[in-house]
Amino acid sequence: MLLDVGNSQRLRFLTVLGTSSLFVAGAGIALALQTPSQTQQPAASSSTTPSAAAAGQSGVPTPPGSMPGVQTPGGLNVVVLDPAHGGTDLGARGTGGIQESEITMEFAAEVRRALEQQGFQVVQTRQGNDNPSFDDRSAIANAQRNAVFIALHISSTGLPGTVRVYVNSDLPAVTSANGFIPWDRAQAPYLGLSRKLGDLVQGMLTQRFKGSPDTAQTATIRQLRTTAAPAIAVEVSSVVVNDRTDLDHMAPGVADAIARGVAAFKPLYVIPTAGGASP
Amino acid sequence: MTEPMMESALAPAKERWKFWVTALLVFAVVGAAIFVPILRRRMQRAARLQQQSEEQARRELIQQVPMNPSDPRVKAKLFWISDADNSMLAPVVVELPLSSDPVLRSKQVINTLLAGPVDVELRTLPPDAVLLAFYILPDGTAIADFSEALATSIPSGIASEQLAVDSMARTLEANVPQVKRLKILIHGQEAETLAGHVDLTGTFVVSADAGQAPANPVAAPVAGKVGALLAPLTPVNRAVKLSQR
Repeated sequence: MLLDVGNSQRLRFLTVLGTSSLFVAGAGIALALQTPSQTQQPAASSSTTPSAAAAGQSGVPTPPGSMPGVQTPGGLNVVVLDPAHGGTDLGARGTGGIQESEITMEFAAEVRRALEQQGFQVVQTRQGNDNPSFDDRSAIANAQRNAVFIALHISSTGLPGTVRVYVNSDLPAVTSANGFIPWDRAQAPYLGLSRKLGDLVQGMLTQRFKGSPDTAQTATIRQLRTTAAPAIAVEVSSVVVNDRTDLDHMAPGVADAIARGVAAFKPLYVIPTAGGASP
Repeated sequence: MTEPMMESALAPAKERWKFWVTALLVFAVVGAAIFVPILRRRMQRAARLQQQSEEQARRELIQQVPMNPSDPRVKAKLFWISDADNSMLAPVVVELPLSSDPVLRSKQVINTLLAGPVDVELRTLPPDAVLLAFYILPDGTAIADFSEALATSIPSGIASEQLAVDSMARTLEANVPQVKRLKILIHGQEAETLAGHVDLTGTFVVSADAGQAPANPVAAPVAGKVGALLAPLTPVNRAVKLSQR
């Protein structure tokens, strides 16, 4: 007998350990070979989660209590705040190192405080430096009752110190046969309400930030299209300011104007009809 | 030789053998730990180079659309930014020899738009963006395929992206009446957004009489408005689009 039992077990252990290490190394090599092919996939597909894809198939249920052709007072009490970008998506970047994804979080904190002082419940689409997909952000808003949606952006162009409010461009009207709004045009029944909210918030902002437009603008904004609530995007100009404190000083004014605009919109809020008529 | 003597004689050989096996395994693991990240970096670099060279090859294959001096000179309206705060578009009238063929004519005006105005501050599209392909479907939907620079070099933001789309839509509306809608592709692919904001999944209304997106039973007529988004292209349209490439 060449090896005693103890040595034999140790040797077997070493052999298993060595084989496992080789497997790990082999798996690492395989992973390295696979990764580049994954990076070549279109970026758009990576942002779509299975849940969002499923949502895309099904549509958005109309708000509870709403019947086609009937408008009911809503009792608006929830504001969904969407600090745009985040994670690897930095958004607009200024020459001074200002990143849109960071500034929107700071603005969101200010806006949240101002809205809560007005008695609104605030839900945020992201809490930290992550980047939910467009559909995931819309899904958070679409799960709320009696809510409005406000996306916060910082532009990379425009007159510094001004603020623009955007409403989604016209969408084809929704033909709802079963009480569901198609997910990809969830905003359609709310466009009229979004316009009212946008004009009110823009008016408040323009009082404070001279040079801003008098009324809300329209744009084909991906984030708003799938949101089944009165929805606006607020874009502050801009990341090209030399000093970040210029933007920091704007935050309380922007927050106050948004909160007063939403408060002014509250009596106008009604649950829209499922048939696509914008109130 | 007795058994204990044989064991004592073979013990050094056994220890050496264990040492070499262990050393080999350690070497393999350390080698893999060093080699794998290097291999990964090289593969990623190769993938990037391959992608760039593919786009370069496409650019070389695409013939530039020169202005033909024999074409009648017409006053083309090109829409660039009008004011210093980058918020409005205004037409600039430029006399150009434009083809009567709608596809060639569209390429000529978009390439002029890409070349930009005299004042570079007023441009709407990034200077390094290239129109890779342009064609018009029978229903009046124009497909414009741009290089990735359109998405990566444009200033990110709702205002700047919307101005870029509107400048193309309004320029086509003013110069190529055959174009009713515009679909923008990036490097041959449908993109979700231009640079994180403006929606590229649908078609943009170019002509006021664009009306309903064809072959889409749920899309209703849209009030004529330049830049407004129609419903996404249906699979039927996509099949047509691919067959014409």
